[in-house]
This record gives sequence, C-alpha cells and structure tokens, in this order.
Amino acid sequence: MIEARALSMRYGDRRVFRDVDVELADGAFLLVTGPNGSGKTTLLRVLAGLTAPTSGELRRPERHTIGYLGHDPLVYRELTPLENLALFGRLYRLPERGERIGMLLERFGLWGVRHERVSTFSRGMQQRLGLCRVLLHDPQLLLLDEPYNALDAQGAALLDDLLGEDRTHVVATHEPQRVEARATQRLAFA
Amino acid sequence: MSYFGDVVALTRKDLLLELRAKETLPSMLLFVLAALTIFHFALPRGAGHTAALGLLWSALIFTALLGLTRAFVAEREQGMFDALVLAPCDRSAIWLAKSLAVLAFLAAAEVVALPAFAAFFSGIGGRTIAAVALADLGIAAVGTLFGAMAVAGRARELLLPLLFLPMAIPIVVGGVGGYLWFLVLYDAIFVVLAWATFEYVVAEV
Repeated sequence: MIEARALSMRYGDRRVFRDVDVELADGAFLLVTGPNGSGKTTLLRVLAGLTAPTSGELRRPERHTIGYLGHDPLVYRELTPLENLALFGRLYRLPERGERIGMLLERFGLWGVRHERVSTFSRGMQQRLGLCRVLLHDPQLLLLDEPYNALDAQGAALLDDLLGEDRTHVVATHEPQRVEARATQRLAFA
Repeated sequence: MSYFGDVVALTRKDLLLELRAKETLPSMLLFVLAALTIFHFALPRGAGHTAALGLLWSALIFTALLGLTRAFVAEREQGMFDALVLAPCDRSAIWLAKSLAVLAFLAAAEVVALPAFAAFFSGIGGRTIAAVALADLGIAAVGTLFGAMAVAGRARELLLPLLFLPMAIPIVVGGVGGYLWFLVLYDAIFVVLAWATFEYVVAEV
C-alpha cells in the first residue's frame, strides 16, 4: 500500500524529520505519535502527496484511493453538508452519490442539519462532516491527523467504529490510548 | 464531458460562496465607484478622452486586483486546496472554474462601472466595451494563476500585486490604445499558459 524509504523533510534550516522508513501492507494500522512540531502532520501530508519530501523515495496509491483529514475538516463553511458532499462526490466521479451521501450523513448524525450552513456548526459537527467527506469515495487508505479533535463521546465512538473497518490506516494523534489496541505498527517522533 | 462537469460544479460552488458571503462583489463595486468619483474630481476640466480612458483602465485593474485577493480566501483559510488537489479531477478544472467566477465578478463590476464612467466623463464606444471584455479574459486567467501562487506564499498580500500588476501593463496599453488584436493575442497566450501550468502551481500548495 505504502512504501517509503529514507524520507526526510526540511523547511529552510529546520529539519522536520530525517530518514523515516514506512512500509504498510493492505489493512495495516500505523499509529504516529510525538509532541507538537515533531513532524506528524508533515509526514501525513507527504504520504497524501500534498507536500513533496526534501529527499527519499515514496510509493503510494493513486490519490482517488486516499482519504485525508487534516487539522481542518476541509469543508466549505458557507455551503451546507449536502452541497459540500455533492461537490466532492462529483469530483470523485461517484455513481449514485445521493444514496452514499445520505448514508454517511445518517451515520454521523448530520442528516437533520443537511440543509444548514457549515459555518453555523460546532467544531465537533464540522469534524464529523470532515469524516463524511473523507469516507465519501470509500478510500482504501485513510490518513487522519488528530481525528478525535473536538469530537464528543458519541462522535469519538463513531470514529472508533470507523477505525475498526477493513482499510489501511495512518493515524497521528495525541490520544494514542484510543487506538493503541488497533495499531499494527508504531512510529514515534521525538 | 466529465471535465466540463467538474468546471461547472466548481464554478457553481464559487458563485454560491460569494452569493452567501457577499464579500467580494460589494467591495469591488464600492471601490470602482469610489475610484471613478475621485478621478472625476481629480481630472482637470478640458482633459482629453484618452486621459479619462487611462483612469478608467486604472480603476478596472485595481478593482480586479481587489477581487483577485479574495478569490482564494475559502481555499486559504479553510485549507480547501488540500481537499481539491486530492480529488482525482484534472487540476486545471480548478483554475478554469475559479477564472470563470472571477470573470463573472469582473463583468458584474463593469456593468456598474462603465455607465458610471460614461456619466462622469465622456461616452463609451463599442471599441472600449470590446477591449474591456477581452481584457477581462486575460485578467481572470493570469490573476487566478497568480492568486493560487500567492496562497502558497508567506507574504501573500504582497505577492499577488507584485506578480499581477506588471502583467497587467500590456492590458492597460492595449485597452487605452484600443488595440483589440493585441488583447486577443495576450488572452490567447496567457489563457493557454495559465491553463497548462496550474497543475504545477498547486502541486505544492
């Protein structure tokens, strides 16, 4: 699924990480931990193909098979959940996307607010919508950066269920205890 | 057809965002009307038509710049470039859709600005209207490309004017002189260049 050799990243004089090797088979679960600024987010962006590494080799799947959730939920705040998901459903060429969108909004408890603007949502509701967007195209690889951010107990339980599904996961979190049991591999940044 | 379907969906999204936020177009309208009013009082009586046209083009370029600075606000502030770039659509569709939205805002501002110019100064001929329409294409194409580049930069508020204004000089020359062929040539070159290079601009955004 992912094969990375000697990945290094620098921003100017600042070294973010050096010589990181990652090899993930289908269905693997990589838990990435480390303090703020240690390079967790940058690594996920590199794996997603959003940032080019300074050096190293990376083999990763096609971008339409990747679901990426960053620090922001990556949804348009002036659009409604339906409009956001319809836009991305279109861009991902999803057939029968209406059905899939409805199912995801139901699953994450957003069906009742599907016509309301995202700007009126709490941060936790926005995070739930971000998860809907990530899952919309049923990706094989999930790259999740602090996915438990702002989620209440119910939202966190929904995310727990999601992380138990048969996919390849890379999760960067400050709450490793929530996913520790699922991890098949670990990467700790100092 | 998928490509144009993506362009339509993305353009619709940009127009919807503006319709709801109402931030860009009202600012552009207020700016262009204020600029023309100032120019009306600043230009000495008896000044020629060409001088007035020069002021019109200055007002239009700076109004466009105002719109362009807002064009990627949602993508910048909400990190939406990441989500768009990860989608498997052709990335040039993002540029084309944003250019069409910018073009729509420019046209809307000019629907107000041109009659205002005719009222404040001398009348407007068909050649000037054609020049403005042609200039809009070039402004939208080049400005959208530079707007996307500026999103990635640290000094983005500085970067866009520094990149865009030098590239707008030929547009002003062609517009004031009424050289329509020159504006057509400018559009042809820069629309193709911007369309072909956008992929590389957003690759590292």
